[in-house]
Amino acid sequence: MTAVTDRQKLQYIAARAADARVNVELETEGMTLNIGPQHPATHGTLRIVARLDGEQVIAAEPVAGYMHRGYEKLAEVRTYAQITTLVNRIDWLGSFANEVPFILAAERLMEVEAPPRATWIRTILFEMSRIANIILFLGDMGVQLGAITPVFFAFRDREYVLDQIERVTGGRFHPNFDRIGGLKDDLPKGWLADTAQVMEKVRTFCDEIEDLLMGSEVFQQRTRGIGIIPPDVALQYGLSGANARASGIDWDLRRDGCVGLAYPEVDWKVWTHPDGDSFARFWVRLQEVREATRIIDQLVEGVPSGPIMAKVPRIIKVPAGEAWVSTENPLGEMGYYVVSQGDLTPFRLKIRSASFNNISITPWLLRGVYVPDIVTILASLYFILGDIDR
Amino acid sequence: MTSALLGLELAYWQSTLIRVLAGLAAVLLLTGGVVYLYLFKFVSFMQSRLGPMEAGPYGSLQLLAEVGKWLQKEDIHTEDSDRLVFGLAPAVVLSSTFLMFVVIPAGPDLVIANLGTGIYYVLAVSALSVLGILMAGWASANKYALMGALRAGGQLIAYELPMVLAVLGVVIMAGSLNLQDIVAAQSTGEIFGISWIGNPFILTQFVAFAVFMISVQAELTQTPFDMPIAESELVAGYQVEYSGIRFLVYFISEFATAVAFAAVASTLFLGGWALPASWGLSDGVMNVVGPLLVATKAVLLVGVVFWVRFSFPRFREDQLQRLAWKVLIPIALANILVTAVFKVAF
Repeated sequence: MTAVTDRQKLQYIAARAADARVNVELETEGMTLNIGPQHPATHGTLRIVARLDGEQVIAAEPVAGYMHRGYEKLAEVRTYAQITTLVNRIDWLGSFANEVPFILAAERLMEVEAPPRATWIRTILFEMSRIANIILFLGDMGVQLGAITPVFFAFRDREYVLDQIERVTGGRFHPNFDRIGGLKDDLPKGWLADTAQVMEKVRTFCDEIEDLLMGSEVFQQRTRGIGIIPPDVALQYGLSGANARASGIDWDLRRDGCVGLAYPEVDWKVWTHPDGDSFARFWVRLQEVREATRIIDQLVEGVPSGPIMAKVPRIIKVPAGEAWVSTENPLGEMGYYVVSQGDLTPFRLKIRSASFNNISITPWLLRGVYVPDIVTILASLYFILGDIDR
Repeated sequence: MTSALLGLELAYWQSTLIRVLAGLAAVLLLTGGVVYLYLFKFVSFMQSRLGPMEAGPYGSLQLLAEVGKWLQKEDIHTEDSDRLVFGLAPAVVLSSTFLMFVVIPAGPDLVIANLGTGIYYVLAVSALSVLGILMAGWASANKYALMGALRAGGQLIAYELPMVLAVLGVVIMAGSLNLQDIVAAQSTGEIFGISWIGNPFILTQFVAFAVFMISVQAELTQTPFDMPIAESELVAGYQVEYSGIRFLVYFISEFATAVAFAAVASTLFLGGWALPASWGLSDGVMNVVGPLLVATKAVLLVGVVFWVRFSFPRFREDQLQRLAWKVLIPIALANILVTAVFKVAF
């Protein structure tokens, strides 16, 4: 940890120096640079207003909301079955993972429990969404740093995972497969065997990325010591997921707050990294993809037999009450607070998505860095605009 | 006034016209070939995709389609841009590229102008492009363009130095600044008495070759030194406001410069157009084989440039300056020292 605190000090000094320019002779007028809403580094419509002195950032402010779609309000006029279609679009790279916490919250209100087979398949698909999501991050980080080859590998191997998801759910991006009390369908024949092969491909991809991108001297120079988040600051800003784990916070909802998913049944490990810099965030996510393939391999081995749907009425009326369920989604903690008054639709739905909290740290993090590092830091924080704006 | 070209007596204007047209055709063909071969196909195969397949056999006419697309696009000026400078900037960059080709020899008689100070001239005109880039960045009236241009200015000037110093090693070995003499020195030279392959300076000046190629990568602003373009942060740097034909000019100049530097590198280090003198081929044969040889070598070297470009992430601004000033320049200086000592000793 001492190495980290030294770097923290340096970053703090740089930020202070940017604040207090005393050399009046060389005093230059600052420049305000609008990064976004249309900018390749923000993969979506995030806008960052950066106040620059030369190439150094004095202050930066994220402006979200360009893609606000009002899902919380829309959900109030839709039945529970229709809402899964909506929430699919929040984090569009790992869509199935969005449905799960909502369905779990609704199940808790209705006091039904999905049969074991459904729970296991849910967990498999959940982890597949994680892989489909984070693989793209691993490639995209290269693009943001100027190496365009890894992202093509990422898209190539992500396709195998999406194919598997499609074979079960019928949708590549938006499965809309989770139902209150279970799943829409059972697994197709031969799917489990193919999944094991796909996991092998994903592991090969991880090795490739490790060789091509993470092992590169230039990549290390660009990411190590850049954008350090100390654990206490990470907690203050409410970071979750890999961003928090890369700061050394050993906290994972899959292990520490698992509800209704099959994680306790398998042997796996939560990866953390003590450094808290951009490299650590990349490294943790790479390990998480590997760990996800291990989880899926074990789950595939032991999917229990039985029904995939519990007994639920055809027309779902959720009893009055309130429930909060959050899960460890690819981007971090995602939770739904469902308030029901016994109608066909929820009275109020509050969505807690990870990216919104994850980018709230940017004003603190971007002070004193150079313009190229803005891109590194934003890429390593890994947000999805749909997950910020909802 | 008459001038001799390949043994023919022609009027001065005739020989000049032939030289210019042949030079232009060679440059554009090579550039187009390189773009197709590397930017379209080689890279696609690296990235496990096919690349263009529709336009012509295996997409070989894709470049023509692209050029057609650019030509018909609107030539946009931003409202605040300095129109004259904005329009001139691509021309300055392109002229710097074409001027480089003037002295690169492709055979015993195939050179547009055989200057006594050839390599000095090449390095001087290649530095002109900085001017065009700064003009573009300033005239675009765009913050991203300005930052890109300033980065380019710092970077190109920083990497001129190791490049010049690397070339000096070759100049000491050859004892001349003239590119024809440098080629001849490699062709007739010998390494410790072995004259079978002559003395291509890549064998004796491998340090200079490495420094030169790294500097070339930086001069071309190709990844890992593409901070001035940096599409993920500066969108496209100084090119951001250019569209249509002006962007096409930048595009041509980017790849033609790659070919030019590769041709210079193959002349300086790989023996240029010549085969070892001990093989005893006549000038007539070399006038035919020479251009093919130098073009092949240049294309291979461009391949190395692109291979690196699509394999690495990019350096940050301060990191690439550090590489130039703290690593490459000392190495190049040491190389000059060692070369001079060896030159005197042997």
